[in-house]
Amino acid sequence: MKPAFNEMLNPDGSVRAVYSDLEAWLKSTPPEVLDVRRREADLMFRRLGITFAVYGEGGDTERLIPFDIVPRVLTMAEWRRLSDGLIQRVRALNAFLFDVYHAQEIVRAGRVPESSILLNEQFRLEMHGFDPPGGLYNHVSGIDVVRVGEDEFYVLEDNIRVPSGVSYMLEDREIMMRLFPELFAAHRVAPIDRYPEELLRTLQSIAPAVDVPTVVVLTPGAFNSAYFEHSFLAEHMGVELVEGRDLFVSEGYVYMRTPEGPKRVDVIYRRIDDDFLDPLAFNPDSVLGIPGLFSVYRMGNVSLANAVGTGVADDKSIYPYVPEMIRFYLGEEPLLKNVPTYTCRNEEDRKYVLDHLDELVVKEVHGSGGYGMLIGPTSTADQIEAFRDRLTARPELFIAQPTLALSTSPTFVEQGIAPRHVDLRPFVLLGADCVRLVPGAFTRVALREGSLVVNSSQGGGTKDTWVLEDDRPC
Amino acid sequence: MLSRTADSLFWLARYLERAENVARMLDVTYRMSLMPQMDGLHSSDWSSALLAAGQKAPFDLRYDEANARNVIQFLVLDAENPSSIRTCIRKARENARELPGAVTTEMWESVNDTWFAIGDLEYTDVSRNGFHKFFDLVQGRAHLFRGVTYGTMLQDDAYQFLRLGWFLERADNTARILDVNYHALLPTGGPVADTVDYHRWAALLRSVSAFKAYRRLYRQAIVPHGVAEFLMLCEDMPRSLHACYREIDSGFACLRSAYRSDLECYRLGGEIYARLKYGRIDDIFRRGLHDFLAQLVRDNETLGAEIAHDFLMEA
Repeated sequence: MKPAFNEMLNPDGSVRAVYSDLEAWLKSTPPEVLDVRRREADLMFRRLGITFAVYGEGGDTERLIPFDIVPRVLTMAEWRRLSDGLIQRVRALNAFLFDVYHAQEIVRAGRVPESSILLNEQFRLEMHGFDPPGGLYNHVSGIDVVRVGEDEFYVLEDNIRVPSGVSYMLEDREIMMRLFPELFAAHRVAPIDRYPEELLRTLQSIAPAVDVPTVVVLTPGAFNSAYFEHSFLAEHMGVELVEGRDLFVSEGYVYMRTPEGPKRVDVIYRRIDDDFLDPLAFNPDSVLGIPGLFSVYRMGNVSLANAVGTGVADDKSIYPYVPEMIRFYLGEEPLLKNVPTYTCRNEEDRKYVLDHLDELVVKEVHGSGGYGMLIGPTSTADQIEAFRDRLTARPELFIAQPTLALSTSPTFVEQGIAPRHVDLRPFVLLGADCVRLVPGAFTRVALREGSLVVNSSQGGGTKDTWVLEDDRPC
Repeated sequence: MLSRTADSLFWLARYLERAENVARMLDVTYRMSLMPQMDGLHSSDWSSALLAAGQKAPFDLRYDEANARNVIQFLVLDAENPSSIRTCIRKARENARELPGAVTTEMWESVNDTWFAIGDLEYTDVSRNGFHKFFDLVQGRAHLFRGVTYGTMLQDDAYQFLRLGWFLERADNTARILDVNYHALLPTGGPVADTVDYHRWAALLRSVSAFKAYRRLYRQAIVPHGVAEFLMLCEDMPRSLHACYREIDSGFACLRSAYRSDLECYRLGGEIYARLKYGRIDDIFRRGLHDFLAQLVRDNETLGAEIAHDFLMEA
């Protein structure tokens, strides 16, 4: 494994141009000052109530995601290359979803195996032949990107069901601006605060034909780990944050309960998984959903974002085919690379994986949150052997990828400023009128030295992500 | 606005008002208990605090003696008591948390800070610096929240539900506290001669921040009759029943112009308001103060249920 790309320092110790001002500032600011600011940041997060729920720990279920006060910096040129690639990818995923629920031409063309669609648990037969507004499915996509070199970005994962993290992108910026106004005066950081506005416009673009569409955010409730984000987005869009019990279906429309009486709802930005949306259509035990919602959706009287059934396209077993989707639907070459992926279901791949467990990252196809995965190079022989047994027993549940050397960004840790591995989750909004994305992303950082796991449930933190405008101030 | 939002606003205000009222009452009880008096009276102060809070029965189930420590433990800190100050603040915060958009950032921060200031306190923390300091803190936080609300919140229909919650809870408290004290003192109708009784009436006035105002308005000795009139019928006194119902009625008037106009809660609110606006203290005494107050507490409760039925999420 080659050494990780350091986003601030070149191998010879010189500073990359984009980090030059920040590096000088870090050098001239004593660690005590940084430490005071870090504590202030924690206090601000707690005061604002930005906490996330942690499952299965008992006691206080509210925790802060650690926030690192050193921003991660990208140039506008880097961002443009990235965003072109992201838009391309998101369009291809949407085209794939439309195809999956219509003619399945990509299967007929032999580019994607039929079984990987029909046997996928996330495939929703109920969506077959249905035309969602604008032919759109993944209105909101969070694409996980890692950097391994100056010009080398890989897409690690597509999140197109109910991706979260965008509130951290926005709040991290807000906190940084309160804490370090002097840094913003010295840098030209591209603003991102219009994201909620862009999201609202995207949602309005898919509304049924009414004068002023009523948009709501649907949350599972205050105990959901992303509840803060749901409320944040509702508040900043100026729309209602509803739970299932606030909505009901009557004579072909969805209504919300208000003190004035029932009010019609036109677009639901739902942050509830497909399974729980409607007990009449999906999981009958769901108490979070709205009975009859899916039939109203199919009648076109309410729009859902994201559409039902998008999970079939962001599964780890479908991931290897995304470059093929881009070629098939758009006739273009992929701008962003896919990480080479071994599908353990295939005998040839499985053999390779079992022979190279100490070099690979092995993940569960349906897993998330960094649970149940093996990172070969950092695991003990015992851990590898135990994983080998699991893999041999149910190979179809696993995929494997080479261990990528995630780039590092300077991070304030106990020893001072030190490089830590980071990833990047930008958000792409696909509307019936246009594609929108703001120049920023949710950066996660693995705070433990050497760790490659950035998930917040496993000791990961967040950072503000800066895209610097081209023109430097005079 | 969602019915659930209106519900959370209503209860946010009720819980904060309740926390404040419990603090006010205990503050005065504590003050009374410090005064020299005959043995045996000390504990009855704490018992009447429980009575006024409507908490005597649940207290007796869990504690033996109504002394300062037990009552404060129960009414302030007990996480299992649904009306303890700690529980009220916790529930207020939970309700505020459900209200993105409907409460301002400043309001949320005020409630959240209050929880962090009070949430982990133990008995020794409360007693160490003197109880008064703690009760002052609770009242100060409530004042702050009200001020922040007046200063930052849009005065739309959402605001009316906060207002209804505040004044319904406050009316309940004023009626109960007056009823319990009147009952305990069995006044004769003349001026208060006995010094202990005098201090009790003075304490009652202080508990609703009305001691000086009473003096200014009545310019006479503290007469139980006068105190009762002041706390029930005086329109200008912000914690009087009359003032509470004027606010409730005016809250309804705002809702009536925005929503349906033919609801039972409007009628009942108006009926109670009329009773307080046009009532005469002599008539009330002739027919029995206790009956009047007990009826008011019941009607107040019915009104809460009607509001829930007409606007909120019914359980």
